[in-house]
Amino acid sequence: MLPEFGYGVLLVSFIVTVYSGIAAVYGVTNRSASLVESARRAQLLSFPLITLSSLTLIYLLVNNHFEVSFVYEVTSRSMPTYLKVTAWWGGQAGSLVFWSWLLAAFTSAVTLRKWDRDAEFLPWVIVISAITLAFFLGMVVFYENPFTRFWLVNGGVEPAMFPPSSTATVFTPDDGQGLNPLLRHPGMIIHPPMLYLGFVSFVIPYAFAMAALITGRTDDRWIRITRRWALWAWLFLSLGLVLGGRWAYDVLGWGGYWGWDPVEIAAFMPWLTGTAFLHSVMIQEKRGLLKHWNMILVILTYALVIFGTFLTRSGVLSSVHAFANSPIGPFFMGFVSLSLIASVALLIKRWPELKSETEMKSMLSREALFLLNNLLFMSILVVCFWGVIYPLISELATGQKVTVGPPYYERATGPLFAGLLFLMAVAPLSAWGHSTVQTLGRALWKSFAAALVVTGILFATYTQNVYALVGFFLIMLVLSATLHEFWRGARARQKAQDENFFTALSRLMGRNRRRYGGYIIHISMALMAIGILGIELFQTETQGTVAQGEQIAIGDYVVEYRELASWANQGEGVNYTRAVVDIYENGIYLGQLYPRIDYYFDSQQNMTIPGQRSTFRDDLYILLVDWQPVSTIGATFKIYVNPLVNWLWIGSITFLLGLIFAAWPDRDPADEPVRRKVTRDVRQTSAAD
Amino acid sequence: MTETTTPKRGVPLWAQIVIWAFIAGLLVLVGVILSKRQQGTVQPGDKIPDFTLPLFSGYEYEGKSEVRLSDFSGKVVVLNFWASWCKPCEQEAAELEEAWQFYKDGGKVVFLGADYVDTEPEARAYLKKFGITYYNGPDMGTRISQLFRIRGVPETYFIDPEGVLYFVKVGPFLSVDEIKSIIEQKLQ
Amino acid sequence: MDRTKLRITNYALLALALLLVLMGMFYETAFAQDPTPTDDEVNRIAKQLYCPVCENTPLDVCPTEACRQWRELIRLQLSQGKSEEEIKQYFVDNYGARVLSEPPRTGLNWLVYILPPVLILAGAFILFRSFREWTKPRAVEAGSGPEKEAGKASPRDEYIARLEEELKNRK
Repeated sequence: MLPEFGYGVLLVSFIVTVYSGIAAVYGVTNRSASLVESARRAQLLSFPLITLSSLTLIYLLVNNHFEVSFVYEVTSRSMPTYLKVTAWWGGQAGSLVFWSWLLAAFTSAVTLRKWDRDAEFLPWVIVISAITLAFFLGMVVFYENPFTRFWLVNGGVEPAMFPPSSTATVFTPDDGQGLNPLLRHPGMIIHPPMLYLGFVSFVIPYAFAMAALITGRTDDRWIRITRRWALWAWLFLSLGLVLGGRWAYDVLGWGGYWGWDPVEIAAFMPWLTGTAFLHSVMIQEKRGLLKHWNMILVILTYALVIFGTFLTRSGVLSSVHAFANSPIGPFFMGFVSLSLIASVALLIKRWPELKSETEMKSMLSREALFLLNNLLFMSILVVCFWGVIYPLISELATGQKVTVGPPYYERATGPLFAGLLFLMAVAPLSAWGHSTVQTLGRALWKSFAAALVVTGILFATYTQNVYALVGFFLIMLVLSATLHEFWRGARARQKAQDENFFTALSRLMGRNRRRYGGYIIHISMALMAIGILGIELFQTETQGTVAQGEQIAIGDYVVEYRELASWANQGEGVNYTRAVVDIYENGIYLGQLYPRIDYYFDSQQNMTIPGQRSTFRDDLYILLVDWQPVSTIGATFKIYVNPLVNWLWIGSITFLLGLIFAAWPDRDPADEPVRRKVTRDVRQTSAAD
Repeated sequence: MTETTTPKRGVPLWAQIVIWAFIAGLLVLVGVILSKRQQGTVQPGDKIPDFTLPLFSGYEYEGKSEVRLSDFSGKVVVLNFWASWCKPCEQEAAELEEAWQFYKDGGKVVFLGADYVDTEPEARAYLKKFGITYYNGPDMGTRISQLFRIRGVPETYFIDPEGVLYFVKVGPFLSVDEIKSIIEQKLQ
Repeated sequence: MDRTKLRITNYALLALALLLVLMGMFYETAFAQDPTPTDDEVNRIAKQLYCPVCENTPLDVCPTEACRQWRELIRLQLSQGKSEEEIKQYFVDNYGARVLSEPPRTGLNWLVYILPPVLILAGAFILFRSFREWTKPRAVEAGSGPEKEAGKASPRDEYIARLEEELKNRK
């Protein structure tokens, strides 16, 4: 009964969504306000409906309804309840429902906002989000139904939604296959939702951009409304990427956090265009420039989200992250083509109407430097896109499969990232509209000198590697220049307002949260860059097989193998094999680490969990590779020393804080005065801004 | 504001052509790859094009170090894809050899093993371990596997005397009888 | 055409390898007596190769049985005195170019290395031209009113200007 109910509700929400899209188009073309209102209500209805269907699915998951094929595939009796709930997004069908649910939540939230001043956008925002939502629901309803059950037909078992024949009976397996152990890590439980949240929330700015193009109201309004959405979307996407990195570091057992895998890159590409958008949008707000470019970036971000999802879910790309081959391919392909062609056609049609209101003044103005930043982001995008696409071309053209791996990406993006770091240091010091070499130089020389001194010290004491020194110099430049900005601003305010330094600093930051939140993010990026440089350039590793009491040395560390135990936990369905090792640094005992291998009975897979010791200086990362099963005398360990990698995670945390600081809603951004003419009129009243 | 500084200008034609060509190219590329991925294995009823399989030494066919499919026209060909690192392959190894011993002397059926992406020392050890004697050769570069668009190992393809595929077995055989019953379909 | 080229280079490499082996004959015995190559020596090469049956997994960290066998194969070849290049070439010859972490620089694959820089340069060129275009009209209208206003178009800009102003006063 329940599966039918869940499926029925899904079907209804699909119909409701399709209706809301059609009603909105019809309403707006026939100037029928009541029809548009009807579309709006239908749109609002989709969220509770999908919620109901999702709850049904969760109920089935939690209560071991293995007759449902999705439940059978992603859960097993031995899994704890919270994991059964998160199995919701552990497989293709469920994660599509999850995605639809998030999308419905976001579009409902948008639909509920005050629309009085933007009534002309409303129907089109509904149309765009309804098309996207209907598409995802359509995939679930027609191709990847999570409520499909097993049926016994003529001695065979086949999955189907409804009884394939009148004599068919439901077949219930004793136990499910269980969630892929890789997905049972806490990082993996929140990594996909964050990534999906980021993906889904980028649909909103896109819907507004399209609405602006369709209605021809191509002033800054759509940007005003969506910039905070974009910031939150970016927050979730960034968080999803960082959590993915942390998960890889903790679970995949290759001593790294990022492997330049096509699927990782597919998630990274919208982040690149999104980041570029967050920067260039400021130019449009402040200077009325780059309207075309912002449209392109929003469309590109949306297209990359959809295209990336398509590549990973249709089986076009395969990797550790990809879903298995799936029937949604052609349908998804149709949607990708449709959205890409429609957006580009619309943009070309409206192109002449998107004109700039002022001109660029100086190559050193902040807007010019922002454009340079955009160029760098686009360049990284080109490198990534090409790296993902080329193997497909090669496969088709020559029949030869090739791998485009880390060396290509590192070589190509390294200088581009370095350029970004440099801009990060310089751009905040330049002024809107106009800067000269003198003004910039005056603002920068102290930071420059400080960075040079630190680099000199590093040269003398830490490393002579040229790449590392250049990298550290740029990082120091960003840190000192940005911190100097805080200091300079706070000091100025302290003098002017006669406050103490910290009050001045907090008020200064509170006055322009987006600006100072952005600086915190810049600082975080520099901290993360320290970690990335450390592990990329200075990682060392060794592997060896030792008997009990024997040692392996790596750098200043010595690892001594003490003992090994292997036991099964039937309740959890896992066999643990855990080694105990003592670690010493320069002869000083530091403690014990416990690298282990977990074998999951239900999915017959091994998980290699490293023993880690993290400090600000480096991580000691020990993997148990193998052991002699007969006696536990000998064991093989792989040991990495990952210098400075902790700074990557520290940077991630400050990054998150900075982003929340910048994005936290103070008041409805849409209530802020529209730039230019209106601004001038109300300047008196908004002086407190 | 200087509202009219930039004249109203559309996207230049050449740029439009470039953009649309790019989008068309991308979609065609991905579409073709997608249809390739969606294609299952070669289907029964398909004529199998001729291919060459190099053979491991010790597993030669009439003294030749490589065989062509056309060498066996008029015979039922059982082409088995396997690898030494593949656990399920071990389940069916003995059965395949037993079936081969059964048909070996009749001269109407031939067994071929294609070792999918493997290392030669391990492959030889595997062949020795399971006492396999039928013709076997490496398909390290996946040339033949791609021809059949195999999805994994083990997979077994039954080709009739006219060179037309008539049965595909995905996964290991459960018994010798299963293998025999499929072969017998074409021996009557 | 590419393929014949590839084949020629393969033969050339093979010949070279053969030559090296011949040249190394005298040293061979010394190598052969070496103890089994250590895991680190194996991993150093495995790191540069990709698992031929998995997707995008370097051979040194790949946990499957198949990969373990390939690592053993590397060890075997090392103990036979083969060089790093020879072992990599052996893998390419046997399993195809996908085992390399980058496409080999032959034929169509050059596109991988050429296209991004070309596009980036094109982007830089377009940006530069746009700059010129944007900055040009300024010369004509220099000093006209609207521009000064543009500088303080929004309250936030005003704030920055004020901040900047204060800083100047301080000096």
